[in-house]
Amino acid sequence: MKGQKRSFWARARKDWIRNRSLYFLMLPPILFYILFHYKPMYGVIIAFKDYSPTVGIAKSPWVGLEHFKRFFSSVYFGRLVRNTFLLNVYNLLFGFPAPIILALLLNEVRSRRFKNAVQTITYMPHFISLVVITGIVKDFCVSTGIFNDVVALFGGERTNLLMNPGLYRSLYVGSGIWSGIGWGSIIYLAALAGVDSQLYEAASIDGAGKWKQLIHVTLPSISPTIITMLILRIGQLMSLGYEKTLLLYNSAVYETADIISTYTYRMGLGNQEWSYSAAVGLFNSAINIVLLLAANRISRKYTETSLW
Amino acid sequence: MKTAVVKTAMKVKRSRGERIFAVFNYILLTILAFVCLYPVWHVLMASFSDGNMLARHRGLLFWPEGFSLEAYARTAQNPSIMTGYLNTLFILVIGTFLDVVMTSMGAYFLSRERVMFKKPIMLMITFTMFFGGGMIPFYLTLKDLHLTGTLWGLIFPFLINTHNLIILRSSFQGIPASLIDAAQIDGASHLKILFMVVLPLSKAILAVMVLYYGVGIWNSWFWATAILRKHEMYPLQVVLREILSTNAASMSTDSGGDSFSVGMTIRYATVVVSTFPILCIYPFLQKYFTKGTMVGAVKE
Repeated sequence: MKGQKRSFWARARKDWIRNRSLYFLMLPPILFYILFHYKPMYGVIIAFKDYSPTVGIAKSPWVGLEHFKRFFSSVYFGRLVRNTFLLNVYNLLFGFPAPIILALLLNEVRSRRFKNAVQTITYMPHFISLVVITGIVKDFCVSTGIFNDVVALFGGERTNLLMNPGLYRSLYVGSGIWSGIGWGSIIYLAALAGVDSQLYEAASIDGAGKWKQLIHVTLPSISPTIITMLILRIGQLMSLGYEKTLLLYNSAVYETADIISTYTYRMGLGNQEWSYSAAVGLFNSAINIVLLLAANRISRKYTETSLW
Repeated sequence: MKTAVVKTAMKVKRSRGERIFAVFNYILLTILAFVCLYPVWHVLMASFSDGNMLARHRGLLFWPEGFSLEAYARTAQNPSIMTGYLNTLFILVIGTFLDVVMTSMGAYFLSRERVMFKKPIMLMITFTMFFGGGMIPFYLTLKDLHLTGTLWGLIFPFLINTHNLIILRSSFQGIPASLIDAAQIDGASHLKILFMVVLPLSKAILAVMVLYYGVGIWNSWFWATAILRKHEMYPLQVVLREILSTNAASMSTDSGGDSFSVGMTIRYATVVVSTFPILCIYPFLQKYFTKGTMVGAVKE
């Protein structure tokens, strides 16, 4: 035991002499992570306290799980969890495959020029800010907007579509696909470019048509990329989207639009109920990490891909 | 020449089903490209339109309805757009510079071999990708550090994006260790090696970093609304949000007055003024963005 300890210090000493200037270089980044990642993590304990800014975090009294109990018994709890879950599941269900399908379609295009043009155009929405994207969506949704022109064409009545709780999720997910499909396809196009062309030749000699090649060659080849992206996506399942929701929703559609993180925002930065909103936020992060661990575990069990 | 021959040979071999698929594919992708392009085109054309004629217009908008530059004249008179631009430029220039320097320092450290405490430090960093304090503790931290009410509060707390750090680290790992060892034998400190050897060899990936951080800063708005109180500090996106939402409120009543119709074209002109700089640049930088995504993909 003692010998081990000495060797640890001996190694640390040697490491210090060798790498001193390297550690100095790392000092600012470490400071950054401590201040802006670990300090807020410590701050999370206010979820179990009655925090008041004048007293400070350390001296505020402990209240245990009171804020969590209040949240779980709140009339909004069911609605918030349901909305967060559904919005994200729809987003995953429709938003996740969209870039993969685009990449597969682009991969079949023979004309380089056409392919490049489509790529450049579909990347464009990625560079438009959320403020502008949601602004455009709102414009298209007003009763004189272009979506209502389509409604009117089929004899429907012109209404502001963003006031309709039944349409909110479709608008959210649809605009998300619009802005993310091109950019999201890059990584799959890179994976597709790496597929060995001999595999296709072998498959076509064996008489496999395009469809069979897709199922037996293409998809298995890019599945590690797909699974990795899927796990990462699932890990963020409950956390995505508050910026966009804040820009897109209004009180008329809270019924389907209000999610846990926007509720956290209103309670915290709006009402200044710091401890309560921190508890709501922590609940959200806890679900995130459970989902991530579960996804990683399932993936490791059934496929050979996992994050760690 | 040979590849051309192979290509035509392949074309001949395409079956009927494949030809139908190819046609279908081209049509589908063309529609998709149109859908991606149209809203932007709509905004651009609407911004050059006459407000009253635009208000009466229905359906797709391919050309300006009664050409008018009034909206741009009004936009130019709006002082908050100018201050918004200046604030955004301040955060953009200083923020991006500091971001890239800090990320380089971290990435260089993490790319070195035979460093005793590298593993725990790496663990400490990757952990933050999956768990964090959340919005409220983060805000309280900024308040605690006196970073609210100042533009620095939009710079310091966002210095390093862990995704970018890992991308840059993968790239630095590709630099031959012999180069760095040789510099060390010559007595250069790691700081010097980073700035004189590693960074000059990594210009392409540094361009990616500048672009990633730059676009992020340009488009961000949320924390600015959360920590800034004074109007004259607002970055462009927050100004833009205010302009877009105030007019949206008056639009929901659907009143057809003059102020409404001019207001609408002003909104569009503001969007154009604030968005088109980046839309004009990105096609030329596309290969860098693509490269960054691929470097990131290798390590994830």
